[in-house]
Amino acid sequence: MLIQNGSVIFPDRVEKKDVRVADGKIEKIADRLAPEKGERVIDASGLHVFPGLIDMHVHLREPGFEYKEDIESGSRAAVKGGFTQICCMPNTSPVADNKVVISYIRHRAEEVDLCKVRPVGAITKGEAGEQLADIGEMKKAGAVAISDDGTAVKSSRLMRLAMEYASGFGIRCLCHCEDKELSDGGVVNEGYNSTLAGLKGIPRAAEDVSIARELCLAESLGVPVHICHVSTFSGVRLIRDAKRAGVKVTAETCPHYFAATDDIVTGFDTNTKVNPPIREEKDRQAILEGLKDGTIDCIVTDHAPHHKNDKNVEYNLAAFGISGLETSFGFAVTYLYKTGILTLPELAAKMSANPATILGLEGGRIGEGAVADLTIADLGEEWTVDPAAFVSKGKNNPFGGRKLSGAVKYTIVSGAVKYPF
Amino acid sequence: MIERKDMLGLVDATAEELSEILDTAANMKKLLRQGIKKLPHLEGCTATILFYENSTRTRTSFELAAKYMGATTINIAASSSSVAKGETLVDTGKTLDAMKNDFIIIRHPMGGAPYLLARTVKASVLNAGDGMNEHPTQALLDMCTMREKFGRIEGLKVAILGDIKHSRVAKSDLFGLTRLGAEVRMFAPETLIPKGIDRLGAKLCATREEAVEGADVVMGLRIQLERQQAGNFPSLNEYAEFYGVNEKVLSLASPDAIVMHPGPVNRGVELTGDVIDDERSRIEDQVLSGVAVRMALLFLLQQYRKSRA
Repeated sequence: MLIQNGSVIFPDRVEKKDVRVADGKIEKIADRLAPEKGERVIDASGLHVFPGLIDMHVHLREPGFEYKEDIESGSRAAVKGGFTQICCMPNTSPVADNKVVISYIRHRAEEVDLCKVRPVGAITKGEAGEQLADIGEMKKAGAVAISDDGTAVKSSRLMRLAMEYASGFGIRCLCHCEDKELSDGGVVNEGYNSTLAGLKGIPRAAEDVSIARELCLAESLGVPVHICHVSTFSGVRLIRDAKRAGVKVTAETCPHYFAATDDIVTGFDTNTKVNPPIREEKDRQAILEGLKDGTIDCIVTDHAPHHKNDKNVEYNLAAFGISGLETSFGFAVTYLYKTGILTLPELAAKMSANPATILGLEGGRIGEGAVADLTIADLGEEWTVDPAAFVSKGKNNPFGGRKLSGAVKYTIVSGAVKYPF
Repeated sequence: MIERKDMLGLVDATAEELSEILDTAANMKKLLRQGIKKLPHLEGCTATILFYENSTRTRTSFELAAKYMGATTINIAASSSSVAKGETLVDTGKTLDAMKNDFIIIRHPMGGAPYLLARTVKASVLNAGDGMNEHPTQALLDMCTMREKFGRIEGLKVAILGDIKHSRVAKSDLFGLTRLGAEVRMFAPETLIPKGIDRLGAKLCATREEAVEGADVVMGLRIQLERQQAGNFPSLNEYAEFYGVNEKVLSLASPDAIVMHPGPVNRGVELTGDVIDDERSRIEDQVLSGVAVRMALLFLLQQYRKSRA
């Protein structure tokens, strides 16, 4: 396969190049390559060629909650959204806290054969926060990290042991930071809009206290740690300060934290309910700043598909989560690249190279000999978000009608075009 | 005429709408005082009173208001636990709609529930209190009582003291009163003041004396024991000492000030017994205003329904 005339995004530059793909690898990159006989040619004139996007934080719901999403529908959403690799969180039923569930997920993903699915194992058995899961066995079965996402390990002692033990296997904890005593049943950010809507607020401190704990634990152990879905200005500051002090911390955020504020919750649209909650403009600005200065390493979706039965209820009863795989790239292009906050190589780093480095995955860069995971996009194309048209089973996205720039044209996984379908 | 299907809150009520509701309520109150309790305007209509929280006062008030207006009424007391595991609110709403209800009066422990119901049903939905969000008819009855006493809302100084944070009454009062030009002062322990309430137009006071000084209305809000148990303040005694309204505090108010409370009152906590029984107290008048305001709202919403039929 030959990709001609595309603007190729390298770590340090963007150059118009032709890219030849063969045997699942990038075989040759040159100014001009002539198609060989019978070779498929993709005309990428006017398009950009990214290293295949990697989303290190999604929920695929299988096994156990296939009515919300399954590995096939989630993978379809992923490749439609430009992702060649995704990492799925362990809060399934049963919980992915053992090698059997990890293996099941990998095998299902291979059968589905769309994008690469890298499972994340649980930190504790059943995500119950009491006993460590079989971290070594899960790693051996293919888990790329551990997390009790959706909840935080309440015991500081156990969390410390988890970080320490996992470091021996060369994998890190992806920390969902939330002090549940402080979030205390809240459903939206605590502030003007929670008061306006009469909904119970979640203070920033619920997240920050937990971020601070994980930073302290990682620093004292000298092990790496990854902070999930940062939503607060103060959390960004904690991570920035820790990085400066030499703590081995990496961090991620989601499009809904850099492209929205909690002004959208006051209409009681339960699709705006997400954990951590969408915060205020000063948080959004701090997250943009954190993305720009490198405090935040990755953009993830925290893709959390839900059935309408879980959302068409009272705000308090609605499930937390936004279905985001199909809009993430558009949000990133629109709110980070078009605004001049990130260059294209920086954007590619946040959505591909950095997750690959953090988790030790293949991909993440375009170079001869590298795996041919590529995302080809038209950055000028404008489109309007329409959740009803999602291929994900989860139509729960509050941004219907939002105009975005940046459309995925081709998603190529190990040299095979997986999107368009 | 009121151009809306539902009365969900005062957050978006215009001054004109509020004035029309209060004018209509004043007329209803006059009729009630004359002992007229049978009006024909809602004959042939059905009002379902769907309460997911316990209530005596508000439920009775709504039921009487609907009956006085000639409607057929049904009471459904759903325990809030059944919300979580039983039929969904949306399904309940569809069922009630299919039975040709004209009005659904809902009280619910969760903010926004009446909005969900209103989006689901053709019936007109009246919010009788939703979680910490709003209690619009309570605020309207408060304003009804204030307007009868002072002849106006504009320029009144209204001091609200008590559990502001968990109070849907305080919020609806704030929206309604400020929209009609009153000054709303608030005072409570810091733990019971919701974030950003000042941006919604409240004047936060540092002491109860500052709140009450020169006030035309002194309103206490119920302090629930569970708030103390949750650690919002150390004890009811300490609350009464630093945050309650006694005769001495009340003496700082305007000479013709009135005392109000949405009830039920904890005597000796938010207001002392003396203050409750003071001749300036309008707590019982608020109850009468409640029936009048609810009659007025049902009437106005029915006018709108007829205009759209």
